[in-house]
Amino acid sequence: MSGVRAAPGILAAAWVIARKDLAIEFRTRSAFLSALVLSLLSIVIFFFAWDPTAIGAADLAPGVLWVTFTFSGLLGMHRSFGVESHDGAMDALLTAPVPRQSIFLGKALANLIFVLGVQAVALPAVALFYNLPIGPALGALALLMLLASIGLVAVGTLFAGMTANTRLAELLLPVLAMPFFVPIVMPAAKTTALLLAGRPIGDAFAWLRILLAFDLVFAYVCMLVFPLTLDD
Amino acid sequence: MTSPSPAPVAHRPGVDWLLFAAGGAMAAAVVRAIWFTPPERLQGYAQKIFYLHVPSAWVGFLAFALTALCGGFWLFLKDPRLDRFAESSAEVGVIFTTGVLVSGPLWGKPIWGAWWVWDARLTLTLFLWFLYLGYLVLRGVVPEREQRARYSAVVGILGALLIPFIHLSVYLFNTQHPMPVVANPSGIQMPPVMVKTFFLALGAFTLLYVALVRSRYALAVERDTLDDDLATDR
Repeated sequence: MSGVRAAPGILAAAWVIARKDLAIEFRTRSAFLSALVLSLLSIVIFFFAWDPTAIGAADLAPGVLWVTFTFSGLLGMHRSFGVESHDGAMDALLTAPVPRQSIFLGKALANLIFVLGVQAVALPAVALFYNLPIGPALGALALLMLLASIGLVAVGTLFAGMTANTRLAELLLPVLAMPFFVPIVMPAAKTTALLLAGRPIGDAFAWLRILLAFDLVFAYVCMLVFPLTLDD
Repeated sequence: MTSPSPAPVAHRPGVDWLLFAAGGAMAAAVVRAIWFTPPERLQGYAQKIFYLHVPSAWVGFLAFALTALCGGFWLFLKDPRLDRFAESSAEVGVIFTTGVLVSGPLWGKPIWGAWWVWDARLTLTLFLWFLYLGYLVLRGVVPEREQRARYSAVVGILGALLIPFIHLSVYLFNTQHPMPVVANPSGIQMPPVMVKTFFLALGAFTLLYVALVRSRYALAVERDTLDDDLATDR
């Protein structure tokens, strides 16, 4: 063995990249704070778009929650490749002796933590502003948020990488990604509605199955095709 | 003083006979559907939209399937012709799908009493339309040819994977759209005179698709040739 350190494995390399992204985010906090403020603002504004005497808050909350999560997630994911566009950072990342898939995994992992972090603040905010008892369903909601976020982040990270260097990147990302969010947001909002109505999570089994299948298929395929979206 | 200029592209816009034939077939289908096919017993004249609606949907789905397929093959063969075909087919597919989305509500209003319902097949078609509009927008903003082909192939493949998921999730909602009357497992549920009109319309629409894609493909070839000429001049 020479003195050169062996290149890390795919998961170890992914973790290094994720930690780098999270460190940048932790030190600047700009994207996280903007995504958080966007979420809180939309939760508040949505409340005034409906007549609270005609539509109960529990009927309104699932849709508000998932539309908010989707948009704030897109904001964060758009940024995750934006930070690589200065000073040839992306080229440096590409020359690193790691598999291309680990760049995707690392970016996606950092995005997942980012999205879950925003959700962890936005969910109590919805409970507060809409006066909802989320306590009993908290565990099931957390599981649902994790399942839905994996799908969101897999597709979002891939498209964010693809659109980062194009004109109209911030517009193109939602246009491309939103159709893919339909089979995530629909099951997630439906399950949230069931959980908020006090029903057990087993009642939403059919929806959760779609979500789980989506996660498995798209996490795998997006990782597989990610190298095709890179320019050598 | 004569400056060396690139040889002008020999191009004389002649008559596109295939497009001409497709137009004729379309006219024949319309005439037969309106004057030589009896109106349906329960739906009356509104049912005539069927001869426009279903063939458009068929062509739309065919166009998108071929786009996804060509994208997938492009990844292995890297043949620019596949990418040009995918581009042409997607654009024509969006036009026909727009036809489906316009003719559907026109039929839905008198028969269902509503312009739009959130039925499984309507929703799927709508999202397919969005997906391919996004695909065309993406093509428009990536100037580099090889990169554009790669990105398009990726979106095409992911889109093909997405369709079953959208279908499953919207199916858990409600379904109001009628079951297929032509591709029905227990045989065609229509009198022969209507079946003949339908297949005439189907043939005419498919011919129109082929003619439009061919003409759009020729445009893509010219654009690429022009790009190459400009690149060599520089």
